[in-house]
Amino acid sequence: MTANDILQVGLFLAVLLLLVKPVGNYMALVFADAPNRVTRFGGRAERGIYRLCGIRPDEDMGWKRYALAMLLFNVLGLLAVYLLQRVQQWLPLNPQHFAAVSPDSAMNTAISFASNTNWQGYGGESTMSYLTQMLGLAVQNFLSAATGIAVLVAVVRGFARRGAKAIGNFWVDLTRSTLYVLVPLSLLMSLLLVSQGVVQNFKPYVDVPVAQATSYTETVKDAAGHPQKDAAGHEMTRDVPVVTQTLPMGPAASQIAIKHLGTNGGGFFNANSAHPYENPTPFSNFIEMLAIFLIPAGLCYTFGRMVGDRRQGWAILATMLLIFVPLTLGLVAAEQAGNPALHGLAVDAHASALQAGGNMEGKETRFGIASSGLFAAITTAASCGAVNAMHDSLTPLGGLVPMWLMQLGEVVFGGVGSGLYGMLAFAVVAVFIAGLMVGRTPEYLGKKIEAHEMKMASLAVLLPCALVVICTAVAVLLPAGVAGVANPGAHGFSEILYAVSSASNNNGSAFGGLSANTPFWNVLLGLCMFLARFPLAIAMLAMAGSLAAKRHVPESAGTLPTHTPLFVALLACVVIVVGALTFLPALALGPIVESLLSATGH
Amino acid sequence: MTSQTHAARGFDRELVLTALADSFRKLSPRLQFRNPVMFVVFVCSVLTTVLWVQALAGHGEAPTGFIFWVSLWLWFTLLFANFAEALAEGRGKAQAHALRSSRKDVLAKKLASADRNAAITFTPSSELRSGHHVLVEAGEPIPGDGEVVAGAASVDESAITGESAPVIRESGGDRSAVTGGTRVLSDWLVVRITSNPGESFLDRMIAMVEGSKRRKTPNEIALTILLAKFTLIFLLACATLLPYSIYSVQAAGGGNPITLTVLVALLVCLIPTTIGALLSAIGIAGMDRMIRANVIATSGRAVEAAGDVDVLLLDKTGTITLGNRQAVAFHPAPGVEESVLAEAAQLASLADETPEGRSVVVLAKEKFGLREQPLEALHAQFVPFTAQTRMSGVDSDARRIRKGALDAVEKYLDGQGSHLPPMVRRLAEDVARRGATPLVVAEGSSALGVIELKDIVKGGIKERFAEMRKMGIKTVMITGDNPLTAAAIAAEAGVDDFLAEATPEAKLKLIRDMQAENRLVAMCGDGTNDAPALAQADVAVAMNTGTQAAKEAGNMVDLDSNPTKLIEVVAIGKQMLITRGALTTFSIANDIAKYFAIIPAAFATTYPALNALNVMRLATPQSAILSAVIFNALIIVCLIPLALKGVKYRALGAGALLRRNLLVYGLGGMVVPFLGIKLIDMLLVLCGLA
Amino acid sequence: MSKLLRPSLVLLLVLTAVTGVLYPLAVTGLAQLIFPRQANGSLVEKDGKPVGSALIGQAFTEPKYFWGRPSATAPNAYNAGASSGSNLGPTNPALAEAARQRIVALRRADPGNEAPVPVDLVTASGSGLDPQISPAAAQYQAARVARARGLDMAQVRALVARYTSGRQFGVLGEPRVNVLQLNLALDAMPAGSVPGRDAR
Repeated sequence: MTANDILQVGLFLAVLLLLVKPVGNYMALVFADAPNRVTRFGGRAERGIYRLCGIRPDEDMGWKRYALAMLLFNVLGLLAVYLLQRVQQWLPLNPQHFAAVSPDSAMNTAISFASNTNWQGYGGESTMSYLTQMLGLAVQNFLSAATGIAVLVAVVRGFARRGAKAIGNFWVDLTRSTLYVLVPLSLLMSLLLVSQGVVQNFKPYVDVPVAQATSYTETVKDAAGHPQKDAAGHEMTRDVPVVTQTLPMGPAASQIAIKHLGTNGGGFFNANSAHPYENPTPFSNFIEMLAIFLIPAGLCYTFGRMVGDRRQGWAILATMLLIFVPLTLGLVAAEQAGNPALHGLAVDAHASALQAGGNMEGKETRFGIASSGLFAAITTAASCGAVNAMHDSLTPLGGLVPMWLMQLGEVVFGGVGSGLYGMLAFAVVAVFIAGLMVGRTPEYLGKKIEAHEMKMASLAVLLPCALVVICTAVAVLLPAGVAGVANPGAHGFSEILYAVSSASNNNGSAFGGLSANTPFWNVLLGLCMFLARFPLAIAMLAMAGSLAAKRHVPESAGTLPTHTPLFVALLACVVIVVGALTFLPALALGPIVESLLSATGH
Repeated sequence: MTSQTHAARGFDRELVLTALADSFRKLSPRLQFRNPVMFVVFVCSVLTTVLWVQALAGHGEAPTGFIFWVSLWLWFTLLFANFAEALAEGRGKAQAHALRSSRKDVLAKKLASADRNAAITFTPSSELRSGHHVLVEAGEPIPGDGEVVAGAASVDESAITGESAPVIRESGGDRSAVTGGTRVLSDWLVVRITSNPGESFLDRMIAMVEGSKRRKTPNEIALTILLAKFTLIFLLACATLLPYSIYSVQAAGGGNPITLTVLVALLVCLIPTTIGALLSAIGIAGMDRMIRANVIATSGRAVEAAGDVDVLLLDKTGTITLGNRQAVAFHPAPGVEESVLAEAAQLASLADETPEGRSVVVLAKEKFGLREQPLEALHAQFVPFTAQTRMSGVDSDARRIRKGALDAVEKYLDGQGSHLPPMVRRLAEDVARRGATPLVVAEGSSALGVIELKDIVKGGIKERFAEMRKMGIKTVMITGDNPLTAAAIAAEAGVDDFLAEATPEAKLKLIRDMQAENRLVAMCGDGTNDAPALAQADVAVAMNTGTQAAKEAGNMVDLDSNPTKLIEVVAIGKQMLITRGALTTFSIANDIAKYFAIIPAAFATTYPALNALNVMRLATPQSAILSAVIFNALIIVCLIPLALKGVKYRALGAGALLRRNLLVYGLGGMVVPFLGIKLIDMLLVLCGLA
Repeated sequence: MSKLLRPSLVLLLVLTAVTGVLYPLAVTGLAQLIFPRQANGSLVEKDGKPVGSALIGQAFTEPKYFWGRPSATAPNAYNAGASSGSNLGPTNPALAEAARQRIVALRRADPGNEAPVPVDLVTASGSGLDPQISPAAAQYQAARVARARGLDMAQVRALVARYTSGRQFGVLGEPRVNVLQLNLALDAMPAGSVPGRDAR
């Protein structure tokens, strides 16, 4: 690792930590029960919306009603995205005249965006009309993120309220997340991105003449699409001259902003944040990274404020950092060390003042190793899934880090809202074990953790793990699953494991070599994404419901303190041990063995 | 009490042999099903046995010997778990048996009504029902738990309490409860039986140490859910390893897929078998420790709740202070020699048989060498304490001495045409301010001075309260004293708070107020007027000497009737939870080493490169797997004593306790198996099994 | 359930209008107002006509041009309509083979240059459209370009320096050279006076 690698990581963390408190404070005001200067500011517009929708904003919902509203709203949104894709050819704002998306791909994409995963089986610039991107995908980017925040706020209310039957109003939480948090931040970020060169227009693609004409060879195909053969039986080829380049356009910045802020990750263009129009400069890259962690980190502080003990929020944030920082440094170090496969060639991969060196396959020059490695760790620690480098081409250990960060359950920052409520499920498990060890019925934030909470927390922790191992097994067993694999050997297994881990934890990034736009993969991953998102959220709401009803146990010297470094270390251990114990065998057959083989030069 | 001390040794031969036999009996699938973790081991054992038989028939997926050893050790794992449970049960049962042996079926004299002279039918005690009346006369055992409705008698309760001195049981008041199995020594009692056969405290207690009838406590249920979750995760992780392995064989172009035997071995090693095997033993042992402390709990839930207690209500008398006040000083009135006061005080107290009276005599003797004289020799007559005069004293020809409370003596002096000197009043008030009780002594029409009676705080009690505070438990002293006295004693004893001039209503209100703040309250009591408060408290220890009403209201009965026992009860409750937590942590932490042993071995043929993970340098893939399985089984046996004894509880703050236990059981749990597995592997190599 | 249906539907429509219509329109309006050049693709113009984008690389294979990063887009390199990386795994033999071929191609275009090739010239970029190369990669090619164009080495170096940017704010990202802009600038220069002279 170079000094600059560490400097970039350090700078990122410093800026992030500076922003935690203001953002967290702001969100605490947005979701406060009592009116305040923030909610009064948008009060008129908010009330107008509620009137229009027939919403009584003062209705306090029990957890079941809250969950039902959440589910209904998201399923409707999912159907809307599906329909838009299926009929986009008849709708306006389709200058490239893209056809309808296939049913399985449309279903996969609809679930993907509604579940805040943004797994993309399709290529953005070659599939989706501007209208689909705007009204379907971008809207879900907002709403799935707002749903995550809403569910989290409800879960936190479960801890904060005492002897209460209700955990808030889903419509209000959703509307406020969108209007007060996501839209303003996105607006600001969009303009910052445009200033760096991200496109934002409704123009058709621009053809430009290329400076040097080139050509490529293609096989000649007959009308049925089969390769034509010459008399000797060889496939006939022809040279195709390339004299122009088609530059893609579109309203990218507005969508990219929310793609990061909402930890969605679905790119406007196929190459996602590696694309120069999506992430043109190191500074735009910095903003994009910051945006991914901004809300998840801020919500930790919001959580602390809402439960009336800010130290609890900082402790959770510290836990996340404790896992994140070493893994990030590991990733950057592995990438900076380069790919042993190129060692025998006349290649200069050393870091110097003139080049980043290291493993540059799949990386952009402007980002080099530090900005790419940090981005890869951030995007998988949070369940964003945007990529600025091709994860499939990361070194084996460099690729292990993102994969494992996802497998940890997307709780290290994780998705907006969902990451924190996932981490709270882990905290409940950690508190339970630790609580027993101090000789008391375990309690967290003054609430006793009993069988029901344990059941729900276990479900929340278990579900993604189970989905990953089971669906990976299905995929490696079936020819339809194996067919998508692009790379040979253990890396092929990694591609499958990565895809399922990504979908089952609502991340959305991929080892891109896997051809996953097939009916099999679309259905399997669609299923993973749906099951990982909604049942888990409902389990957490159920836990919140029972917690809210409980009375508050006052703190004493016998109470396990949950804001201390000791608890932070314990919580981090629980997250890591569950992740390690569940996935070590699978990882051994993928990145670990690949790394061992790579090091020995096989 | 020979049988009790016999059982207390714990690991005697007979007990172990019975437990061994029980281990096999407990292999029935129906019993195994109760524990999800061990049920998985059960299924795995059956599966490997089938694989072994298949291998014997020549269709083995792995070497026959290897499958045999794995299978054998899986069965051992199960047996060890059963053994732990059986041993804990055996100890508990032996304990309970000792208690029960005292209540052999006897012929009871059943009365037609509550009248001593009613018609008698001889009925076996096992047929007595709640509400029946029986007559018990000198030399007869009391046939069942009940309440004295008529008569008074001395009763030998040594069978239950181990205390050899007989106690008085009489109708009415707070000493009306009798326990079945105790024996009337003199006089007679009419007892109303209060429990049906099989429902007495003892019966309930016995049922609780018998694993099959034991209900899981709330924390145990929550823990079982967590363990089931881990088991499920590992089940999935292992089951899916087969497809992964098949794919890897294709991808690597060589080797064999992982065998079922190895998969099953991996699974059993990973699931939390250590805690799964010892879980019920820990629960039973907790109950057993209660019995050992001579406390009978009516439910495991109550024992567990004891660990959560945040407030302890303690009666002053008997718990915080020695039963009675003692004279500690004489304060003479101006112009009176201290020895004169002492002599008069001694004289007035000679016939006073109360401990307070005795202490005055003793103090006078200690200070001035005044010998006790028999009253008769002085031709003196004792004037006993009455509710009217609220004084006691002695009248002889020459002298009339009185001692009593300030206001009582003042009234007496006024009646004598005299008055109390202001200086004596000042002396008395000073004594009261110190938290002691002033007794004014008067002779004739003049006040001689003041005797200072003081509550003696038990030795070491202050330190115990300091421990409690560290554990986060608040102690509240309950006393009938006035606030001044109470405050002084509270300060001396180091309790956090006190309730002075306590009435049953005030006690109940205090508990309710505490509970409204969501605190868990523990108290002990013996009187009928304690019953409402006992019923309200979360952990309520009734004294065995107390009334039946008190016993019914509480959820534990202390056979020793020692109010300090509450503190032990709390420690036992905590210890039970800590033991569970510690072994869970240990169990999960173990898995890390097991992965390092098994994963390189499992894929040795497909990816020899994975041998880099074989950090323990285990000899062969088979020895590695076998070592892990054997370690996993043996660790259960090694931890049985810990499960039965419980993790040592220290009165530390929660943070310090957690740090300590995490270090020992978390870090220890990670390190120990690396050493253990390596050691077993070396032994296997030595034995030629590798 | 039915009571929840109306809020669900109407709120979905309202929020779709806000986030799917109002929001992108607002951003577009502001972006076109404040940053029109960037919002429209940072196009590079020659004689008033766009000849490329400063942000999108183009394929160069002739010795007289600086070559950009290898591109894995299909069917042709630097196909801006289908951005993509190679997705070759680190141990995939195809990756090492591709690198080997790129070294061969570079050396064939620059006979006698036996220096080790900077890694970014033999590995495909993430987008396939990377507009930049490392200064090391530019330096490696400078002599070849100077020779092919008959330019003085110093001229080429000066030009490279002009299109080189350092780390943003001195910290972020990596130093880099914009290949398209550099090559367009080279094309705009008059031919050199000392052809064939080895710049080294």
